[in-house]
Amino acid sequence: MNASVVALAVISGIVAAGSFVGFYAGSHRKMDLEQWTVGGRGFGILLVWMLMAGEIYTTFTFLGASGWAYSKGGPVLYILGYQPLFYVVSFYILPQVWEAGRKYRLQTQADFFQVRYKSKYLAAFVALVGVIFLIPYLQVQLTGLGIIVEVASFGGIHRTPAMLISFAIVAAFVLTSGIRGVAWVSVLKDCLMLFAAVFVGVAVPYTYFGGIGPMFAALVRVKPSHLVMPGATTNLGHTWYVSTVLMVGLGFYMWPQFFGASFAAKSGDTLRRNAVVMPFYSITMPLMFIVGFAAILVLPGLADGDLSMLMMARKTFPPWFLGIIGGAGALTAMVPAAIQILTAATLFAKNLCRPILAPGMTDKQVAKLAKATVLVITVAALCSAIYSSTTLVSLVLVGFAGVAQFFPGVVLGLYSKRVTMPGIFAGMVTGVLIAVLLMLSKHDPVMGLNAGFIGLCFNFAVVAAVSLFTPAEGGGFDEQLQASAVN
Amino acid sequence: MSVQSQPFLKSGGSVRKPSIGAILFGLIPFAAVCFSVSLWDRVYPIVLGLPFNFFWLISWLLLTPLCMWGAYRLEAHRDRVLNRGDGAP
Repeated sequence: MNASVVALAVISGIVAAGSFVGFYAGSHRKMDLEQWTVGGRGFGILLVWMLMAGEIYTTFTFLGASGWAYSKGGPVLYILGYQPLFYVVSFYILPQVWEAGRKYRLQTQADFFQVRYKSKYLAAFVALVGVIFLIPYLQVQLTGLGIIVEVASFGGIHRTPAMLISFAIVAAFVLTSGIRGVAWVSVLKDCLMLFAAVFVGVAVPYTYFGGIGPMFAALVRVKPSHLVMPGATTNLGHTWYVSTVLMVGLGFYMWPQFFGASFAAKSGDTLRRNAVVMPFYSITMPLMFIVGFAAILVLPGLADGDLSMLMMARKTFPPWFLGIIGGAGALTAMVPAAIQILTAATLFAKNLCRPILAPGMTDKQVAKLAKATVLVITVAALCSAIYSSTTLVSLVLVGFAGVAQFFPGVVLGLYSKRVTMPGIFAGMVTGVLIAVLLMLSKHDPVMGLNAGFIGLCFNFAVVAAVSLFTPAEGGGFDEQLQASAVN
Repeated sequence: MSVQSQPFLKSGGSVRKPSIGAILFGLIPFAAVCFSVSLWDRVYPIVLGLPFNFFWLISWLLLTPLCMWGAYRLEAHRDRVLNRGDGAP
């Protein structure tokens, strides 16, 4: 049989198995908005772990990390730098966010802002920014699926039709299974991905160099500067590293989908314990770097670094095994994509559309609108994936620069009584504008500093200045607003 | 309906503001993998076959849970003491 047919058949088998698990787990329960978005708030430590790991380890991990190791070298280390730090940050904020979630029955990140700052316009702005910056992250997953099918078919299927097929599957998957189905598919996805990462990360250097040590020794002889910052780039040095690691470390849990996952937990302590043990899971990450580094010597001259991991797998292993790796990669794209779509759709329907445009909507109508929005958002990401040419890592950094601007609002909202709604609103608008303008005008990094980090600094400064000149709100909350806020 | 003002989060819940000790534990990984980059971003000495920067960051994937375990112990201890003080179980 033809090699591409074998590889594609194995990938399809794995995707079908994953979809079946999702449909099955979701089919037993009545799917109201709360069940669909936060799984009825009953997830224990194991299911929360799986859901979080399912959401955090995406195509970005699987293909993007090896891609940057290949094309940029040293700067890719920022990924290893921020990994433990965002778990550290989550230790201090997620249990508190969860407590607010339980007390006020929050379902989305924008609900949190609505209840804390009592402004539907701030909440709608948070929802809008969240949806806009989820699209590049979603685009990463789509592009990843396209790359997998393209490489596994040995160039027989072009990336665009491959992305179209895969996203039809993802959209169908989201609509039927909700968050609980997604959590169970995460189990399958995590097992496969761990296996693929460990196997490829160890087998590739052994096949070509006789071990990881000899591989690095060979690379040091040929290209020692590639392994330290700024690597193959001119402007990604230590200043960039510190500013990017800080921005991502602080901003990581500001992705709206992680708020949803936190609300699904059974207790705040579950989240705190989760924060302690999660960094162990990142240990697969260096293995992806190793594959990218090995590819520099084995497959020099690839036009697209993001292909390096799969091209190495294709060169090294038989087609059926390439299929297993591709299948693991496909689920690694589908699971986070499903949650990202689900979150964006809920934000749009519940926090943007209903409060601003149609206050009379019932919960049932909101749920229906959210499901219709799934298709709109998927198509938006699909279009931008087809017309874009940046690397997976650069796309994710755009998303981070946007969502990191929520950080002051969340942290000061939890811990400060003096901070005011106008302060947070003005700070967030400033931060997002600065980050977007710098990135659009190709001024990222500026003087070595990450654009999102600069936005975050201005954000904090504006929050402080405006809060000082507006009357204190006392961090209070009145019951009257509760009904209108979070239904 | 009366407008009842209450704190956004009650301090009587199971989760409180973290203690200074717990925050200090959390600052250790930040110092080790972020601010000190110019001290460890180098190829030599090669440890266990890995360039030094690579080795350093991988070690901190393993050492960070240790720090946070310390922070967790502090917080759990404080919760127990405070609960006893409140007369709650």
